[in-house]
Amino acid sequence: MFGRHSDLPLTGDATSRFLPWLVALMVFMASMAVAGAFVISGIIDRWDHDVSGTLTVQVLPAGGDHAEAATDERVRLAVEVMRKVPGVLMVKAFDKKRTLALLEPWLGGTDVVQDLPLPRLIDVTVDSSIRLDLAEISERLSHAVPGASLDDHRVWLSRLINLSRTMQWLAVVVVLLIGAVTSATVVYGTRTGMAVHHGIIEVLHLIGAHDDYIARQFADRAFALGIAGGLMGLGMAIPALTAIGWAARRLEGGFLPSLSLSILGYVSIGLLPLLAAGLSMLTARLTVHGTLSRMP
Amino acid sequence: MRHRPRGENIIRFDSVGLRYGLGPEVLQDVTFALPSGSFHFLTGPSGAGKSSLLRLMYLGLRPTRGRVVLFDRDIATTKRYELPALRRRIGVVFQDFRLLDHLTALDNVALPLRVRGVRESEIQKHVPELLSWVGLADHLGAKPSTLSGGQKQRVAIARAVIGRPDLLLADEPTGNVDDTIAMRLMYLFEELNKLGTTIVVATHNELLVRRFAHLPRVHIEHGMVTKLREQTEPE
Repeated sequence: MFGRHSDLPLTGDATSRFLPWLVALMVFMASMAVAGAFVISGIIDRWDHDVSGTLTVQVLPAGGDHAEAATDERVRLAVEVMRKVPGVLMVKAFDKKRTLALLEPWLGGTDVVQDLPLPRLIDVTVDSSIRLDLAEISERLSHAVPGASLDDHRVWLSRLINLSRTMQWLAVVVVLLIGAVTSATVVYGTRTGMAVHHGIIEVLHLIGAHDDYIARQFADRAFALGIAGGLMGLGMAIPALTAIGWAARRLEGGFLPSLSLSILGYVSIGLLPLLAAGLSMLTARLTVHGTLSRMP
Repeated sequence: MRHRPRGENIIRFDSVGLRYGLGPEVLQDVTFALPSGSFHFLTGPSGAGKSSLLRLMYLGLRPTRGRVVLFDRDIATTKRYELPALRRRIGVVFQDFRLLDHLTALDNVALPLRVRGVRESEIQKHVPELLSWVGLADHLGAKPSTLSGGQKQRVAIARAVIGRPDLLLADEPTGNVDDTIAMRLMYLFEELNKLGTTIVVATHNELLVRRFAHLPRVHIEHGMVTKLREQTEPE
């Protein structure tokens, strides 16, 4: 592709000056969008992985004079019910001390809340390969233990996942729009170049050049400009992504999920200059063919 | 070169008309045929339609009506992707040379070979040979802007004949050169004609036509062929 003979003096065209910068900007923005999509995908996977295979049983505190003992009894019963469910691998009840420890980051010191009637939690690990009838288990549990309910995390998780998927689609739309803008610019630049070099193109046409002979010269030039611009854009995107990652890591752990990018994410971003160059080349080629088809 | 047997028609026009856009017809009911291996002048005053007729011959235009048959192919029914193969059998010397200013003389002459995919080693062998033959051995690397009118014309002619065409069309090839060079060019065309190339030279230079009075001519006026004089033996 490079070093091939060219009869058209395309190197001095106006397109040569602005197309690389435009492609650089487009690749930079596409890199941000792609990185965002991969980070979101990673977060969804981690959420999904963290909560799949786990259930939580919530037991409301009992009232009356011996509330503590009654609540303990409810927890014991709930643990028994859950242990009998086929596919349950482990059932672990959190005692009050552990429950208070979980609440401490939000409600402060345990002294303040230790007298409050807190619901008790039971962590249940299930075999994720077995499909459980959660409705049936929940009904059995609430019949056997007053105030017990089953939480499979799916309601809140599905809302988060829906939101994340929407953001991913938004990123895809952004990348497609960037591609469309790049293509439109290449079409404009190629048509301008063809108008400027109309005389040369006509001579080539009349001495028997096939359309593709001429189109290939514009396409090669567009590829060279696209790859140069793409690499510039990548050169801008890498420090920007590194800075965002560094800033995110500086925030307190747990407040934000990890914003690390997978290998596939890095590879996808690394391929963007090639994709932009390929798109430029294809667009230029099709534009030239379309314009030449109107010649006799 | 795929020269045809002399005498068969290499090009035929039947009631051909041509108009540009919605303007008047610049060619009207043009009918003639040129036998293979012939050498014709195309004469007529300026604006008579000589260049338009040549453009139809070198497939730079399609007629608005009538029938053009070139190398036994009806141009109206020939697919667009088949036309480059026909164009490669035609050499054209344009009135304004139409050399590519950014290329050297060598690269200009090499163009028809490059579009055919001829190997670079062949190009580097044959093109300098031909340029030497037309007296430009010392100007292989010269850009057109540094060449005189006559030198440009010879580069244009070399470009037209490098592909050993079956049909050579020259539009006012002697228009920018003195009489001596004009005569040399005509003798060059005669040599090519003897080798089998069909030649059409468009000119309004009556002096030149009289000097080669034995050659037949297609005369055109007001867009119509008014005279088709047959070939006579040279005196």
